[in-house]
Amino acid sequence: MHKEFLMGNEAIALGALAAGVNLVAGYPGTPSTEVLETIARRKTGNTYVEWSVNEKQAMEVAAGASYAGARTMVTMKQVGLNVASDPLMSLEYIGVKGGMVVLVADDPGPISSQTEQDTRTFAMFSKLPCFDPSTAEEAYRMVRDAFALSEALKSPVFLRPTTRVCHGYASIEVSDESEYKENKPEGFVKDSKRWVIFPKLSYKAHIDIEERNEKLADIFSNYELNKISLAGKGMPENIGIAASGISAAYVSEAMKKTGAVKFFKVSTPHPFPDRLARDFLTGVDKVLVCEELDPYVERELIRVCGKYGLKTKIVGKLTRDMAVSGENTRDSVLEAVNRLLGREADASAIRSIDDAPVLPVRPPVLCAGCPHRASFYAVKQAMKGRKTIFCGDIGCYTLGNAMPLDMVDTCLCMGAGLGIAQGVWRTEPDTSCFAFVGDSTFFASAIPGVVNAIYNQARMTLIVLDNSTTAMTGHQPHPGTGETMMGEVVEKVDIEAVLRGVGVKTVATCDPLDLTNAIDTVKKVEAEPGVKAIIFRSPCIAKFKPDKKDEIDKDKCIGCKKCINEIGCPAISLSDGKAVIDETLCNGCGLCESICPVAAIGRCK
Amino acid sequence: MTKNIVLTGVGGQGTVLASKLIAAAAMAKGLEVKSAETIGMAQRGGSVFSHLRIGDSVDCPMIAYGEADIILGFEPGETVRMLPYLKKDGFVVVSDRAVTPVTASLTGGNYDSKAMLEYLSNKVDNIKIIDTDKALNDLGSAKVLNVLLLGAAVRSGELGITPDEMVETIRNKVPSKLMELNLKAFDYTSEAGRQ
Repeated sequence: MHKEFLMGNEAIALGALAAGVNLVAGYPGTPSTEVLETIARRKTGNTYVEWSVNEKQAMEVAAGASYAGARTMVTMKQVGLNVASDPLMSLEYIGVKGGMVVLVADDPGPISSQTEQDTRTFAMFSKLPCFDPSTAEEAYRMVRDAFALSEALKSPVFLRPTTRVCHGYASIEVSDESEYKENKPEGFVKDSKRWVIFPKLSYKAHIDIEERNEKLADIFSNYELNKISLAGKGMPENIGIAASGISAAYVSEAMKKTGAVKFFKVSTPHPFPDRLARDFLTGVDKVLVCEELDPYVERELIRVCGKYGLKTKIVGKLTRDMAVSGENTRDSVLEAVNRLLGREADASAIRSIDDAPVLPVRPPVLCAGCPHRASFYAVKQAMKGRKTIFCGDIGCYTLGNAMPLDMVDTCLCMGAGLGIAQGVWRTEPDTSCFAFVGDSTFFASAIPGVVNAIYNQARMTLIVLDNSTTAMTGHQPHPGTGETMMGEVVEKVDIEAVLRGVGVKTVATCDPLDLTNAIDTVKKVEAEPGVKAIIFRSPCIAKFKPDKKDEIDKDKCIGCKKCINEIGCPAISLSDGKAVIDETLCNGCGLCESICPVAAIGRCK
Repeated sequence: MTKNIVLTGVGGQGTVLASKLIAAAAMAKGLEVKSAETIGMAQRGGSVFSHLRIGDSVDCPMIAYGEADIILGFEPGETVRMLPYLKKDGFVVVSDRAVTPVTASLTGGNYDSKAMLEYLSNKVDNIKIIDTDKALNDLGSAKVLNVLLLGAAVRSGELGITPDEMVETIRNKVPSKLMELNLKAFDYTSEAGRQ
């Protein structure tokens, strides 16, 4: 063993490697992405790792490997689980052979997500066992426990950290490479009674799963990381706190200040450790539940009260004693604990900033020099005065919604822009309907949407924003980049060929930073009948930095603010009535040059 | 003994590297470190922070209000935003250069960083304001604001890490072609600090 300073996600990755994981597949998504990246970077021996094209593919690849006896992990964020839910729901009935850990990172807040869905609730729905770490150290340990459990039960097992655990760092004791477990897969053994799902098999499997989970709930009541700690000296003994995930760590910190009450830390939300919960609830009149996302533990404790005829009052989200949405914080939890104890919190040591000057609002924006800005601007200019809808998608380019671009009218989920554009067009045929999709999202989930539009004879324009990377999640390769996570250089999957292959007759490719040509191309292509596509190809500015920057000639600038009002580049601001470019932010894309009416902007080294 | 450190700024300013350097220097002394930082969408020009906690008796990486020994502020407005975290006699080192958000440029309301700095000076006794434009101009690079602020923070003595220990960490962690520049930036505030 040795100590390393690790991000929670890195700890999970090293935990999987120490458990002898043979295959890891996933799709990038904050806050889960670093797990797979770390496995690719730190793997030894024969571990295979891939970014699959989407979470469903990842789940199926991992399931197949697991059928053949491999230890597998599949990684995704919470909304990715929706994509992978079809294979996973059935997989629980079929079961696995090699241990399979489904790592789903939840995002309370949400900080970088569309929903505040809770994978603990998904675990209950899908009947999978679920581990819920409250620290990076626990996450490391739970990976090992999850693999062991998965193999023992022949069931996939959830590990569900949340953002603050995924992205928190700690110095953690981890195994040396020489201590890594070695797992030799037996290979797939044909048995159609086991591996082929049929109603009869599902009926029988359902009974087995329910019986197993009842037993497992009892086993989890003895699990070391499900813990009850008792009230401190002089503290009331008739109240308690229950918590799971990072909130449990917040409660521990809060109780250092308030004194300790009886505390139940739930590390395995599903199946719920009923027996241990009963021990916790016995003799306690009132329990505060601190958790994020769903009132999961709260509902379970209410159920346990009913099951054992206990009269404990349970308060939390359902009673509005805790916020129903958003993250908990150290402070919100401390406040809730003080309230539970009937105390006023001492805020005298805390500076209020209520009297501060108005603080700047900082919504995230497209980076200075981002080619998406030019693509959006070109479409906006080309379609000026026309009745249009711009259906956006998931990725950096969702930020095209911000003023002044204002070029994203809808955003729902990965790949949805295509279907929404078709639906709007069916209802309002005089609208020119656009769907914008990034290159990675194109491969992940947009292709069926294109085929649907072709087959059903829709009229729409697809804009593929190809910046040759999966930018939002930190620049992962994808089928169009020609690199794999195993370090191979492979033939790129050609977006244009895919589009032509499924029947898109007009496919234009152009550089959005060549603004005049880009605007002309949009006008020309949009006028075509049926389904047509433009691929705007220009690399992500964070990956390929040009060596030039733009600067504004103060003497020429007339202070018209066109460069600010038209494109909203974060590098440009107004100073003493003239536009100025912050050289630390500018990436020299030259879009502002194309817009300046008096040619006051030029490129310098 | 616990040290709680907040780093705050705007996505892209280099708060994460500064946080990593402090963590590495503390760990090199055999101290336990926990930290948390903003990753994801907010990195695209949004408000970002790192929390860093050094010491044995820490359960989670997040800092509570009134607990921070020091705030490293990469931007005046963001530093004001984090002020509730600062403990009563806590120390603030802050860059005087504002990063104007696009929203402010659009509405014509270039936000007033002087008012922010004045507010900070009124609220905090123990504060050091860095003349960033001058410093970065003298250093010949705009990309070393993080190490510049780190130098001022280390010299305050509030981090519990000596300049020599941090220099050693920088030597270990920073790519060699950027080494000289970073060491110069780290030392930049030393004379000013002695005045």
